[in-house]
Amino acid sequence: MRRKYSWLVLALYLVFTLAPIYWMVHMSLRNNLAITSTFAWLPESLSFANYATIFTDPAWYDGYLNSIIYVVLNTILSVAVALPAAYAFSRYSFLGDKHLFFWLLTNRMTPPAVFLLPFFQLYTAIGLMDTHLAVALAHMVFNVPLAVWILEGFMSAVPREIDETAYIDGYSFPRFFVKLFLPLIKAGIGVTAFFCFMFSWVELLLARTLTSVDAKPIAATMTRTVSAAGMDWGTLAAAGVLTIVPGALVIYFVRHYIAKGFAMGRV
Amino acid sequence: MSSARPVNQRAWWFVLPVLISVAFSALVPLMTIVNYSVQDILGPDQAVFVGMEWYREILRDPDLHGALLRQLIFTTAVLAIEIPLGIVLALGIPERGWRASLALVLLAMPLLIPWNVVGTIWQIFARGDIGLLGYVLTQFGIDYNYSQHPTDAWVTVLVMDVWHWTPLVALLSYAALRAIPEPFYQAARIDGASRWAVFRHIELPKMRGVLTIALLLRLMDSFMIYTEPFVLTGGGPGTATTFLSQYLTQKAVGQFDLGPAAAFSLVYFLIILLLCFVLYNFMKDPQ
Amino acid sequence: MARIDLEDVGHRYGSADDAWALRPLTMTWNDGGAYALLGPSGCGKTTLLNIISGLIAPTRGKVLFDGRDVTALPPEARNIAQVFQFPVVYDTMTVFDNLAFPLRNRGWSTAKLRQRVEEVADILELRADLGRRARALSADQKQKISLGRGLVRPDVAAVLFDEPLTVIDPHLKWLLRRKLKQIHQQLKLSLLYVTHDQTEALTFADQVVVMSQGEIVQIGTPEQLFETPAHRFVGHFIGSPGMNFLPCEWREGAATIAGVRVETSSRQTPPPGAALSIGVRPEYLELSSTPGPNAVPARVAAIRDQGIQTMVQLEVGTSLAWAKLRDGAAALPSAAAFARLPPARCAVYADERRVP
Repeated sequence: MRRKYSWLVLALYLVFTLAPIYWMVHMSLRNNLAITSTFAWLPESLSFANYATIFTDPAWYDGYLNSIIYVVLNTILSVAVALPAAYAFSRYSFLGDKHLFFWLLTNRMTPPAVFLLPFFQLYTAIGLMDTHLAVALAHMVFNVPLAVWILEGFMSAVPREIDETAYIDGYSFPRFFVKLFLPLIKAGIGVTAFFCFMFSWVELLLARTLTSVDAKPIAATMTRTVSAAGMDWGTLAAAGVLTIVPGALVIYFVRHYIAKGFAMGRV
Repeated sequence: MSSARPVNQRAWWFVLPVLISVAFSALVPLMTIVNYSVQDILGPDQAVFVGMEWYREILRDPDLHGALLRQLIFTTAVLAIEIPLGIVLALGIPERGWRASLALVLLAMPLLIPWNVVGTIWQIFARGDIGLLGYVLTQFGIDYNYSQHPTDAWVTVLVMDVWHWTPLVALLSYAALRAIPEPFYQAARIDGASRWAVFRHIELPKMRGVLTIALLLRLMDSFMIYTEPFVLTGGGPGTATTFLSQYLTQKAVGQFDLGPAAAFSLVYFLIILLLCFVLYNFMKDPQ
Repeated sequence: MARIDLEDVGHRYGSADDAWALRPLTMTWNDGGAYALLGPSGCGKTTLLNIISGLIAPTRGKVLFDGRDVTALPPEARNIAQVFQFPVVYDTMTVFDNLAFPLRNRGWSTAKLRQRVEEVADILELRADLGRRARALSADQKQKISLGRGLVRPDVAAVLFDEPLTVIDPHLKWLLRRKLKQIHQQLKLSLLYVTHDQTEALTFADQVVVMSQGEIVQIGTPEQLFETPAHRFVGHFIGSPGMNFLPCEWREGAATIAGVRVETSSRQTPPPGAALSIGVRPEYLELSSTPGPNAVPARVAAIRDQGIQTMVQLEVGTSLAWAKLRDGAAALPSAAAFARLPPARCAVYADERRVP
């Protein structure tokens, strides 16, 4: 069956995906001189010096934590705000709905750099500079439209008859939404949560601009690795390896939501 | 689903939180940019209104034409490869089990690496002397050097992007596939449908919404691409891999000129907007 | 048209330590019969249906169609059609193409299949919609399309329904049920209809198979299930509200409730040591203010006037019973009353089973 070929293609692709990541791990276990001078299939000696640099530097550790905080905050806010809106777009027709839907996405059609100065002024004015909340809110500009679009897609795949049947059976709207509807779009919520997490996690410019000390994210430290001695390849690679971990955990956690898909109820 | 959606103006309440969180942050910058784009800012508090001057200048700039052309080719290649590949990958991921978990986690990894690190890693990875990819290629006798040969640079940037972003398409497609209720497959079996027919008549139509998102996302993100290619090739050799956003940054940073930079930002935005609008309407349900 | 035999068919999901989802059973479904599989969630009816259709291979046992062992055959080789809980249509195709799909997959020529599709569309009253996009139709029309794709194959032997009216508007359910009955009479196919709604089952089927917790509890006509439920579960499940069960004792060769001897339709003696009760439907329980044969003392606990009928809740000893009266409130006695059990309409139940 075609499934077998697809699995083969997938397996080959996974090898392709792993290659640069293997190289990144490989680099993280060597020193800069070795990285830039000689080729070796395996690192000559497994040196965790780069990781030691990271773990002993409080700026790295704090940055990691700060990033996780505002990213999680952003994911929760974005999904929470997007759910009702996506439902409205999916189920109802209202004045300006089609235009609004498309306009939402236009907020993603420009590099975040464009928002730098206005955001800087805005958050300074309302006293939210250098807080996790500021970055979480700022990232909503590109994550909320994404969340609304993805969730709307999944919601529209659920037949409207299910809503109507629930009302006839006496469900109030909140109860219907939470107990009946949300479980049906698990896959959508799972994938939305992951993407919000991911896009917020890798966004460095806004995160760096809106923070200074208290909420300084990994962004600052990730871009700090060029010194007088040149690029600090090894440490950057080690940091790169470490940035994969939270996101990998997130997708591992939501994989059940994504894989469960559509469950029509049990009889 | 019975035809049209019921009209319900109260639905605006559902949308309000989204509006507040997005609109305010979006409108102010937009106004600022429009404002700057029609002025010549000679210094603080010294601005002269110049109307459409900057727009005319930019649209005539041959560097812009070059960058735009390169960008269009790049984005087209990206879409042509990543969308079908992502779908094929999604079809190959099992519905459950450890293999599915493994595939999902591995596929997610490229997406999670900060973009400057992506470029940095590929810098070494693709080097003929010290990188895995480059080394293997030169061992096969291929004369490969991405910092000197424009074609090699192009291919490297393209492959890097495919490596980086195809998982987005794959993950979205996978979630969409999992959302298809089992009875559809069961009914298709009973109807005697071939595997291709199942894909064409059940899976692909049900993936339409999600594919639209994937398509639009890759369209705009690849059109705005900056960090990865800049770190990898610096736009070179020469201007071979200088795409649109790098052109913008060079103009803005190099010339410290807010006016033209703002004008170009707007033009840039409108180009992406136009392309997305066209694609969106093309993908939409013919109701 | 097929006779379906199940020989010692049982199924469990998971390992040998898990419970049976469907306990091993042996039964025959007659050719051309209209059967309902009735039971609550999780009773195994959908499992049974899927085993018959071939979507599930049973953990043990054999499935035979007209004597042919089809246990190893997939659904597409079994000449069955299945209609699911929600409409399954090919959105991108027209109604015509939907109905034609199974025939195209078999290589039928367009001319030949056109005639067949139009025939089936006529039966289902979909002729006018043949050119429309399937997606644009309402839920009940889509279910008809689902059904149509099954009917369109001339060799289809049985049509299996898995709660097909779940997402249909209530006022359209009745129409669709009537259409299914028409089709049954017209085409003489075997129909198996799974539902948890007793009204659907009782109005649709010639024979109802009541299931509970993985096993078949009773098979019978709707009247049989109503009048002589073989199992307490059937008594509870069928009827609205279900049967009353009043605990009783066996003394001097007869059942007694609160010392009053009650004649029932049960002729045999119940096994000793069993928990005994008398089952009587609310429809048959009579109220009077005077004692008499088969009349047990009762106290009126509540009265609910429901228009065409009045529901009276009675306390008989320590148990509660419902009586459904048609006569109206005027005929109600005062608080202290007697509940009369018509001998022909009640029976003794020992543990769960009816004493014949």
